Amino acid sequence: MSTYILRRLIAMPLLLLGVITVAFLLTYFTAADPLTSIIGERQMNNPAVVEAARERWGLDRSLPERYVIYLGNLLQGDMGTSFRTRQPVSQDLMVRLPATLELVIAAMILGTTFGVVLGVLAARFRDGPIDNIARFFALVGASAPVFWSGLLVLFIFSVQLGWLPGPGRIDSRAIAPPFLTGFYTIDTLAAGDWAGFRSVLMQLILPASVLGWTVTGIVSRMVRASMLDVLGQEYILAARAKGAGPLRVLIHHALRNAMLPTLTILGFSFAYLITGAILTETIFSWPGIGSYAVAAARGLDNPAIVGVTIVGGAAFLITNLLTDIAYALVDPRVKLSRQEGA
Amino acid sequence: MSVIAAPKARRRVFLPQWATLPVILGGAILLFWIVVGITIPLWSPYEPTMLAGMRFQPPNAEHWLGTDALGRDVLTRTLYGVRHSLPIAAMVIVCAVLIGCTLGAIAGFVGGIVDSVIMRLVDVTLSFPPILLAMAVTAALGPGLGNAAIAMVIVWWPIYARLMRAQVLSVREREHVEAAVAAGATRPRVLVKHILPLCWSPIIVNATMDFGQVVLLVASLSFIGLGAAPPTPEWGQMISDGALHFYRWWIAAGPGIAILSIVLGFNFLGDGLRDFLDPRSK
Amino acid sequence: MTAPLLEIRDLSVSFAGRHGEAFEAVSGVDLTVSAGELHGVVGESGSGKSVTMLAVMGLLSPGARLSGSIKLDGRELVGLSDRQMRKVRGVRIGYIFQDPMTALNPLLTIGDQIAEAVRIHRPQVSRAQSRARAVELLQLVAIPMPEKRATQYPHEFSGGMRQRAVIAMAMANEPDLLIADEPTTALDVTIQAQIMELLEKLRQDRGVGIVLVTHDLGVVAGAARSLSIMYSGRVVERGLVDDVFAAPHHPYTKGLLGSLPQPDARVERLRAIPGAPPPISARPAGCAFHPRCGYAIDICRAERPVLRQVGATTVACHRAEEVAAGQAEEMSVHDA
Repeated sequence: MSTYILRRLIAMPLLLLGVITVAFLLTYFTAADPLTSIIGERQMNNPAVVEAARERWGLDRSLPERYVIYLGNLLQGDMGTSFRTRQPVSQDLMVRLPATLELVIAAMILGTTFGVVLGVLAARFRDGPIDNIARFFALVGASAPVFWSGLLVLFIFSVQLGWLPGPGRIDSRAIAPPFLTGFYTIDTLAAGDWAGFRSVLMQLILPASVLGWTVTGIVSRMVRASMLDVLGQEYILAARAKGAGPLRVLIHHALRNAMLPTLTILGFSFAYLITGAILTETIFSWPGIGSYAVAAARGLDNPAIVGVTIVGGAAFLITNLLTDIAYALVDPRVKLSRQEGA
Repeated sequence: MSVIAAPKARRRVFLPQWATLPVILGGAILLFWIVVGITIPLWSPYEPTMLAGMRFQPPNAEHWLGTDALGRDVLTRTLYGVRHSLPIAAMVIVCAVLIGCTLGAIAGFVGGIVDSVIMRLVDVTLSFPPILLAMAVTAALGPGLGNAAIAMVIVWWPIYARLMRAQVLSVREREHVEAAVAAGATRPRVLVKHILPLCWSPIIVNATMDFGQVVLLVASLSFIGLGAAPPTPEWGQMISDGALHFYRWWIAAGPGIAILSIVLGFNFLGDGLRDFLDPRSK
Repeated sequence: MTAPLLEIRDLSVSFAGRHGEAFEAVSGVDLTVSAGELHGVVGESGSGKSVTMLAVMGLLSPGARLSGSIKLDGRELVGLSDRQMRKVRGVRIGYIFQDPMTALNPLLTIGDQIAEAVRIHRPQVSRAQSRARAVELLQLVAIPMPEKRATQYPHEFSGGMRQRAVIAMAMANEPDLLIADEPTTALDVTIQAQIMELLEKLRQDRGVGIVLVTHDLGVVAGAARSLSIMYSGRVVERGLVDDVFAAPHHPYTKGLLGSLPQPDARVERLRAIPGAPPPISARPAGCAFHPRCGYAIDICRAERPVLRQVGATTVACHRAEEVAAGQAEEMSVHDA
């Protein structure tokens, strides 16, 4: 297992390089002329303006030159300048990263909590009505397009019932908390602003639920399967033979063991969450990387698209690696072999 | 020592074993959409891109799902939408399976440097969250349904390549293959005649399960504005229209339910199929 | 005379089959164990011995139907709710499983798992106290360096050490009865002897009654005072070990004894009983053993024999007298 992780660690930079290369190649083979989106249709007839723009964005260099330039810049954290916002892409992304992370983490917490509860219940009451309801609920969550379910919950809970606020990361009348981490929940708490914290939390509920629902299904199916597997093990019978009650057997003995295989799919669920986040952010006008990516794709904003793709790919790779490491840390059997290997 | 589990008494009188509730339900949903997609021009009272009445009508007897911002009939547009979603999804799956399986089979059978090159390509492609790569590729090729389809083939083929390679590697070790090699069969002949026929079943199951995901991704790209262009009655595009006026919930409801039902249908089908083919997962 | 420690009367357990029909895994079993006694229950797998023991613990799967009586110290256990049974399991009765590899939770330390057995029943005991108790118990089962061992995980233990830990867990609340279900089967031969030694020591020092479930007459021979032989869900012979070994009255017992390696006899090969026990779903009419029995006559195929006292043992065989006396119709007619 330790050598496996070592191999994964070594492969990481290579895969990252691959990700960067693919992303870069994509911009080179762009069909549409990005110049149009830089200087606008009208200026396209003005050769002087066109030439200046080409020079400025390095669009007239050859492919290998641009690649080397791009790699060099990337190493210094420079992802180029967005055609659209006219800001450095890295800066755009840094500003928006906390918003996305806050949303994705909240969704992950909600989604896995619900998924684990549903999975445990489904396994406990196997083939009964609860199992079927959980299965149906999970399937709907995995099948519903978030860009529609998001609209629907906004309409129901915000417009019709008025229980929760409308789109946006912060109440439209409020101002953002003083910057500390960029996580509004943490920043409002740090500022001692309880009303602000509550408001920020309320804004978070709908998008995080919609996004979390997409992984609930994956998690609950996995938990159910591994719970059924674990519940058939002899140490479960042994725990009951000790006189342990049903809840203790289910949580302390079974769930603990069932969470191990579940950990491995958390990385996989993260892919779902990134996919979902892009669409959810657009619906909930959440100022994160997802809505930035959509805007960049719509505006054919090359440097921004490449930047987002690289960051997304890197995040994806890192999460999968972290999942493996977490797995190794949780399972004492793996922990031992690692100590022996060291 | 194990406790003897009491199997639940279950009787099915007329139905074959694969016909579980999910499979029947999924099959019925898909059959409905296929029939609708083929026959809709014959019986639809409205045209999908023509004005059918007043703008923003809520559902009523005349327009069961209301009318949209331009006064087009939402139900008609929703039903016509399947004529875009299903064929594109089918095309994407077929192309991804063909490309992926060809490369995967070559990688698994030839091995060596060819294998390495193909599999590193697979690794890198799978390093991206699917929607991001699809977005980037579509944006590079230029928006449009055709380009979105190409992008999705690029995103999807590695999954089948990996699957096919694993299959070929395991089948290759079987005795009848070694016997064929020993008998002097040429390598391409061994691959095509003796190995490939045994590799298809997991590919087909996987493809069925991916179908729904492809439908969802097509709609997502259109929603973002990278797929179908207005006034095409494409579901993602329609929901994007509806999002502008989301207080009028019915505009997005039709296409939303359509996507949900079709993805659910494929998931039911795939789920039931997997339970049937792999009893351990139940 | 005081009530025996464990008294099972006419216990039957059945499970629902695929089409709603019932399979009887255990039929009319009687079993009596006195305090401080080691009683062997011997039978092949599928004979119903494990199901009987799980019934005593109230740990059968929910679909199982159970009738008869199980009394512990005169108190009826059949019909108790799960909540009431939890006060019996682990407190009055300790259970030792066949395979210590799978009977220990891989994610909890040995110490935690033993301490848990204490704290479930005595929540007032502090964590530190229960941990100290765990170390004490590990010492009781002769595990060296118990303080260090308590902090380790099951995979860091050898098979024999694991079984000791399982026994420590079963002993945590000083039960009156230990049920050991094939406690040595998964272990190496020499380790088996050590575990049997440990059980015998616990019986002598702590006065705990032990039911030793095994398929191996040899294990029982050295340790048990009395034994019951089970075949196909029924007790076919029971008595004191010495009596049964000296004069087996059931052909099955005789067959089992014949299949023991006998260093003192001139029999060179092991005489296995021909055939296999019938599946639970297709028991033959009459005596369930008759298809494999060299003594079988017409009545054996038609009528099920009941338990009766013959000589020093109690046996369920129509021809018990002939079996005990005769060498004539030896089972070796089926040499295959």
